[in-house]
Amino acid sequence: MTYITSQTEAALAAIAAADSLDALEAERLETLGKKGWVSLALKTLGGMTPEERTAAAPAIQSARTAIADALDAKKTALEAAELEARLEQERIDLTLPALAAPRGSVHPVSQVMDELAEIFADLGFAVATGPEIEDDWHNFTALNMDETHPARAMHDTFYFPDKTADGKDILLRTHTSPVQIRSMLDQGAPIRIIAPGRVYRSDSDATHTPMFHQVEGLVIDKDIHLGHLKWTLETFFKAFFEREDIVLRLRPSYFPFTEPSVEVDVGYSTEGGRRIVGGHGDANGHAWMEIGGSGMVNARVLEFAGVDPAEYQGFAFGLGIDRIAMLKYGMNDLRAFFDGDPRWLAHYGFSPFDQPTLSAGVGARA
Amino acid sequence: MKFSLTWLKDYLETSASVAEICDALNAIGLEVEGVEDPAEKLAGFRIAHVLTAARHPDAEKLQVLTVDTGDGNPLQVVCGAPNARAGMKGVLGLPGATVPANGMVLRKSAIRGVESNGMMCSTRELELGEDHDGIIELPEDAPVGTAFSDYHGADPVIEVAVTPNRPDCMGVHGIARDLAAKGLGTLKPIAMPAFSASGACPVEIRTDDAEGCPAFYGRVVKGVKNGPSPDWLQARLKSAGQRPISLLVDLTNYLMLGFGRPAHAYDLAKLSGAVVARRAKDGEEVLALNEKTYTLDSEMVVIADDAGVHDIAGIMGGEHSGVSENTTDVLLEIAYFDPARIGATGRKLGLSSDARTRFERGVDPEFLDAGLDLLTGLIVELAGGSPSEVVRAGSPPSAAKVIAFDLDLTQRLGGVEVPEAEQKCILESLGFTVASDWQVTCPLRRHDIEGPADLVEEVVRIQGLDKVASVALPRVEGVARPTATPQQKLERGLRRAAAASGLNEAVTWSFLPTWAAEHFASDQPLWVLANPISEDMKAMRPSLLPGLLMAAKRNADRGAASSRLFEIGRRYFRAADGLSDEKPTLGIVLAGEKTPRGWQSGKAKPFDAYDAKALALQLLEAAGAPVANLMVMGEAGAQFHPGQSATLRLGPKVVLARFGMVHPATLKAFDVDGPIAAVELFLDAIPAKKGAAFARPGFTPPALQSVTRDFAFLVPAGLAAGDLVRAVQGADKAFITGVRVFDVFAGQGVPEGRKSIAVEVTLQPDEASFKDADLKAISEKVVAAATKLGGELR
Repeated sequence: MTYITSQTEAALAAIAAADSLDALEAERLETLGKKGWVSLALKTLGGMTPEERTAAAPAIQSARTAIADALDAKKTALEAAELEARLEQERIDLTLPALAAPRGSVHPVSQVMDELAEIFADLGFAVATGPEIEDDWHNFTALNMDETHPARAMHDTFYFPDKTADGKDILLRTHTSPVQIRSMLDQGAPIRIIAPGRVYRSDSDATHTPMFHQVEGLVIDKDIHLGHLKWTLETFFKAFFEREDIVLRLRPSYFPFTEPSVEVDVGYSTEGGRRIVGGHGDANGHAWMEIGGSGMVNARVLEFAGVDPAEYQGFAFGLGIDRIAMLKYGMNDLRAFFDGDPRWLAHYGFSPFDQPTLSAGVGARA
Repeated sequence: MKFSLTWLKDYLETSASVAEICDALNAIGLEVEGVEDPAEKLAGFRIAHVLTAARHPDAEKLQVLTVDTGDGNPLQVVCGAPNARAGMKGVLGLPGATVPANGMVLRKSAIRGVESNGMMCSTRELELGEDHDGIIELPEDAPVGTAFSDYHGADPVIEVAVTPNRPDCMGVHGIARDLAAKGLGTLKPIAMPAFSASGACPVEIRTDDAEGCPAFYGRVVKGVKNGPSPDWLQARLKSAGQRPISLLVDLTNYLMLGFGRPAHAYDLAKLSGAVVARRAKDGEEVLALNEKTYTLDSEMVVIADDAGVHDIAGIMGGEHSGVSENTTDVLLEIAYFDPARIGATGRKLGLSSDARTRFERGVDPEFLDAGLDLLTGLIVELAGGSPSEVVRAGSPPSAAKVIAFDLDLTQRLGGVEVPEAEQKCILESLGFTVASDWQVTCPLRRHDIEGPADLVEEVVRIQGLDKVASVALPRVEGVARPTATPQQKLERGLRRAAAASGLNEAVTWSFLPTWAAEHFASDQPLWVLANPISEDMKAMRPSLLPGLLMAAKRNADRGAASSRLFEIGRRYFRAADGLSDEKPTLGIVLAGEKTPRGWQSGKAKPFDAYDAKALALQLLEAAGAPVANLMVMGEAGAQFHPGQSATLRLGPKVVLARFGMVHPATLKAFDVDGPIAAVELFLDAIPAKKGAAFARPGFTPPALQSVTRDFAFLVPAGLAAGDLVRAVQGADKAFITGVRVFDVFAGQGVPEGRKSIAVEVTLQPDEASFKDADLKAISEKVVAAATKLGGELR
């Protein structure tokens, strides 16, 4: 029996020393292969008497088990080592840069228009549009500014040399108000719309561009008064700036298309050179800033738009979209809005996934 | 409009502070644009008594003073003024004060080695006059230690923006009336200087244009002595920003600025014959007071005599007949002109003036006689002379508007409850007459009052808009209903899809330089502005690409490696009726590097036409267009590379998009380096989805696995790969679910005039797996389809 024991010990030592799968395979053939000594020893059991077999078998069987286990274990270890060596070979420098997908952006004006649409939809306003190349009837006359009206001159209008078939001047709309007229002529009353879009004035300096964006609001119904106007603008600004401390101040003013007309101021404070909307304008460290014009729609305008002023009345307002975008998102140069500089667009633009929703808050934080 | 507090108080008895007055002005709709308070400028300047004066030890022209500023601790001050001497009283600027004239902040210093604790000031240094020969000398009784601004009586100046509907507030008196109505004080009666008129007016006055000049009143004052105006008058005009000229001119300006009433004074010596308001003759010329000559036409009203035109009525007087230093006899004119005609004349001549501003908005028709008497009285008082009686030609409008006012309208429209007595009181304080049945008679000066809504405005603005409480708009029951139109949803979706594809949304001008618009123009004439702000912003864009190309150029010029820009906006065309036809469009420009040079990718790669195609299809799919049915056809336009551009069409006529590489000639015209790829999506051409329900059509993924078979065909070199794909796709509509080109090759091994196209065809079994015979049959159909196009299996 010492033969088996010593052979086994030698085999286990050889297995332990095997440094490759090939060497291990050679050792397997030596032991458990068809001609291996373990296999041969097992075959001798067949020629033994039962007594001899009972005596010899356990040693041989246990040698086979020990060697087979050792071969398996060594094989697993060698394979693991080999894989490890291969993976080490495959090591790469992950500090090298990966190719970045270009990141797109949504322009602040579009983003704010989407915010407006979302907020006002909740208040029951639809979004209306109209042509930017308008005739002077829709842009002025129907808004109670006849040809001799001094307010026309204040509009710095861009004109085309063309005329309509019935001789009206053709111009670039100076405000979004003609959409009021078109919407009322189309739909009649009651009506609740906002009309955002491009408008044009022949004016260009540090804070004015010849093209800019405005949003018009219009509510015509039976019992609408100045109190509703105030509530609507307050409610909008609270939702837009996502703060409850918005305070508005209405001041009497003059627009030919509203009567009474009111200028809307909002209270703000200045922090770090930036205007922060919120708080009462007369409070310490606060002031008022003009933010829009509004009023009760002039009865004449309703008549021009085919709505009976004896039955219906309502309010209209106009806000500068670029301006409220600047106030909310901190841009300070209007001209940059229209430059198409990818650096500016990447910085002030919005992720396509910042779709304004009421549940998440319409605004997108920096 | 600017005016001093003193001037306001000439008409308004009030104890209100400047701040209270400003708050009230804002509250009633006279927006305060600024307040200039000289007291602020003079902060830190005090009345001081010079106790001693001695020569500076090291400077011949300087003196060392000790001055008492009233606190018992005399200060040492170095002073260079020749008139500085012991015993005098003057104005000392203390350290910390800012010298108004030059902005210098005073501080304690040493002048030639001698300590100085401030500066004794001259008139000019305090911006109180031009004198700089010496320091200010105050009278003996000036109270030492008092702030100089208090002693001097610094007069704050308020600037208000008067809206165009309120010409009655284009005079200080009108503003005082509004403030009195607001409860800020009492309106004083106008102080009319007494004078006695004698003799008929020696000049014949006439109006030959009753429509343009309904009323023309005049009076001659003889024997006046023109000269500088008294201080009070100069101070008032200066506060309004007007330069005093001479007494006679200043008094007409005083009437205009104080009472909103323009008037004119002619030098009688320079007139001949009757003075007449009439229409100008076409081509008639006048040299106006601004020393410019204007050519007039028969739509304009003038004041003329036998010799010619002396005045563009209501706008500007003539140079020839204006008063001068030597004028002794004047003809005073006070007239009422038709506002619309004044406005039209002013616009046509491009001539603005304070008089025009008031006349075209409407002056007070009831203030002709009073205005003329006030002017006459002031002239007689200050310049002497003897006035004639008034001569009146025509008469101003006199029919007062009467409005039936429903008191409840204030609540219904204004949203604020105001008691009847208060409403009445407000209207009466503004000069309205309220009858017991609430028939309200409007003062003639209020041209802006047209109906009941205007009366609501009067009540509400005086009552205070702060009294209007917020009231919620009624809302629909339940959750707000969707409001967006299909077009709006399309644009919103596309915008975010484009941004998610790595493009930056730009907003570019709607107008272009004409050459750039013409470069992209269709066969329609462009919309070109008659009065552009510059040549660069003149023609409305017929495409979104030129604006984006110009942006890409600016970016490249700034060193940007690439521009991936898109814009959603309108292109401007003409509809059949000649009106505007504005087409919603999405434009894309891809310029510069698609991928930068990199350790993996090697050299930087530019964009190619397939990048443009990929974006076009991806965005059309996002827009819900039937992308699988689109045909790739030519005619992208002359701005594109003819061999590397195409249109995507739904049927042969409906073009949904164009894309490709920009033509080198276009790149040259826009002075920008290429290659640049571009896309334009015509959003109005994308068919709207009709009546789509929420539920999708039923679908279960096939249980059996699909198989693929590869085919390589030799086809004519000119065959479009798309045609082969379409033919193969159509070879067996039941089983072929996909055809993908995986190789295109020409050259070695491929005969001249042919190319090899290899496709992978995906076959989807339905009920049972394919048998060899099935696959063979389908393969034969595929080969047959290719053969029809001149292809042969390799």
